[in-house]
Amino acid sequence: MGLVLTTLTGNYAVSYAVKLSRVKVVSAYPITPQTTIVEKIAQLIEDGEMDAEMIRVESEHSALAAAYGAASAGVRAFTATSSHGLLYMHEMLWWVAGSRIPLVMAVATRTIGPPWNIWTDHSDLMDQRDTGWLIAMAENNQEVLDETIKMFKITEDPRVYLPGIVGLDAFILTHTSEPVDIPTQEVVDQFLPDRRQPYVFKAGDPLIMGNIPKDLELNMRMREDIDKAMERAKKVIDEVDFEWGKLTGRRYGGLTECYRCEDAKHFIIGMGAWVGDMREAVDKLRSKYGVKVGLIKIRYVRPFPREDLIKWLSNASSAVVFDRSFSPGSGGHLFLETVAHASVAGVRTPIKNCLAGIAGVDVTYEDIVDVVLKSISEVEEVGTFKEFIEWYYRGGR
Amino acid sequence: MSEEEVIEIRFHGRGGQGAVTAASLLVNAALRAGMYGQAIPFFGAERRGAPVVAYARISKNPVKVRSSIRKPSIVVVLDPMLKDLVNVLDGLREGGTLLINSSSKPDVLGPYRVCYVDAVKIASDLGLVLSGWALVNTPMVGALAKVLKIPIEDVEDSIKESIEGRLGELNALAARRAYEGVVCSG
Repeated sequence: MGLVLTTLTGNYAVSYAVKLSRVKVVSAYPITPQTTIVEKIAQLIEDGEMDAEMIRVESEHSALAAAYGAASAGVRAFTATSSHGLLYMHEMLWWVAGSRIPLVMAVATRTIGPPWNIWTDHSDLMDQRDTGWLIAMAENNQEVLDETIKMFKITEDPRVYLPGIVGLDAFILTHTSEPVDIPTQEVVDQFLPDRRQPYVFKAGDPLIMGNIPKDLELNMRMREDIDKAMERAKKVIDEVDFEWGKLTGRRYGGLTECYRCEDAKHFIIGMGAWVGDMREAVDKLRSKYGVKVGLIKIRYVRPFPREDLIKWLSNASSAVVFDRSFSPGSGGHLFLETVAHASVAGVRTPIKNCLAGIAGVDVTYEDIVDVVLKSISEVEEVGTFKEFIEWYYRGGR
Repeated sequence: MSEEEVIEIRFHGRGGQGAVTAASLLVNAALRAGMYGQAIPFFGAERRGAPVVAYARISKNPVKVRSSIRKPSIVVVLDPMLKDLVNVLDGLREGGTLLINSSSKPDVLGPYRVCYVDAVKIASDLGLVLSGWALVNTPMVGALAKVLKIPIEDVEDSIKESIEGRLGELNALAARRAYEGVVCSG
């Protein structure tokens, strides 16, 4: 099919995806670098191009509460936030997931202060891992648009019925314009069914959500069921990816994409916009240094792509996980989960953590090449890593 | 431009002068010419009138890299006075191009190709002046298109798409005049 490309920022890619998904209620509170998402949506509504209600609220906590209320009442709802706004909203994330209400949110990933910092890292997004939301992270503006539309379908699938986040790196995607194909309304209408959800709040038909349960075991089963829904979501994400691919020609590969992995012995693992720089690093490592390196791009943090990682890492010689967020006193988020799942599956491959790009520090493909070359030579000499967690600064500490 | 080559560009302007818009107009024009690219704004604590930068990447293929641009092959200067305030040549690749808004050939020492165009005069002649500021970003994109060998028609279409009506026509004309009037040496 002929593509009509137009240049869009990552934020506008979200706005158009929300419009095409026929969202009926948007509620948000401004925060850099998310603001232009809802600004554009407000303009589309004002211009009569989008048929939706924009609810202005006094905080992010209320923004999600309002979107949650609207979604509970049976319409597609959306919000967007970032960094401190997401942390302020955090309590409501548990309410939405615990109520099993499908809802989509965009998170412009941004460093958490102090000091005040507007640049990207993944601390805000990764802080939501335990809430029960599906969490996807995009590499470019096209994926931002595609994944937002797909997220409505995934979250509203009866096998899932959970809310979902689409993450995009602050400025690197949110404010950078690049060519994007905006699908037609007909394509999106064909793809997205009418809204489905487990129950609808209706006037005259009372329902209580949130009272103290008599049966604590039932409460525990409700939490367990969120975990089961996450497991089921893996298949749904794959199916939806396939279906979207049939309509648009763009398949991303479910929970992960493996780039030049077929004959790879060493792996780079990462997620978000710097995956583009990692691709360049893989190309250079192969063409210039002759090492067989592959890249595992994490597309979904929740559900975590356990099976994919085990599959690729089980016969590998080494791997480096690049993390843009970490838990002080433990390690990088992606690294910890990767090694935990690999370890219980009996994978013996030495896996190292590189903490880089935190607080928005710029990382180039040359940096990635350096880290990977060093780690490969260490594994080849010693058979393992002396230090499993490295804080990377260009030119040393 | 080879298939793999990614041309990296840095724009120097003043807050409010339209450096970010220039970058995105360029990428839009490149897209029309069958190329790909990224327009990358850089936000700091700047206010109107303060020196600002924006970046762009142009390539025949989709651009993968996203890290910041440190060694541009083209530097575009929207305000000639800026070269006395900031080092506009910082990181410019050897053999790279400096494109500057200037009424006369600027004195630039170094292994660079230097291009100049009087964007202030082009804008002023067309009445493109707002609050005492000549609107120089659109003519500078026109001049840049010449340097990059992007057809001027693609720049004109890109401008007319983002600025509607008579103002769009005038800005497109300013771009064409700069495209035709830019002088390069070295």
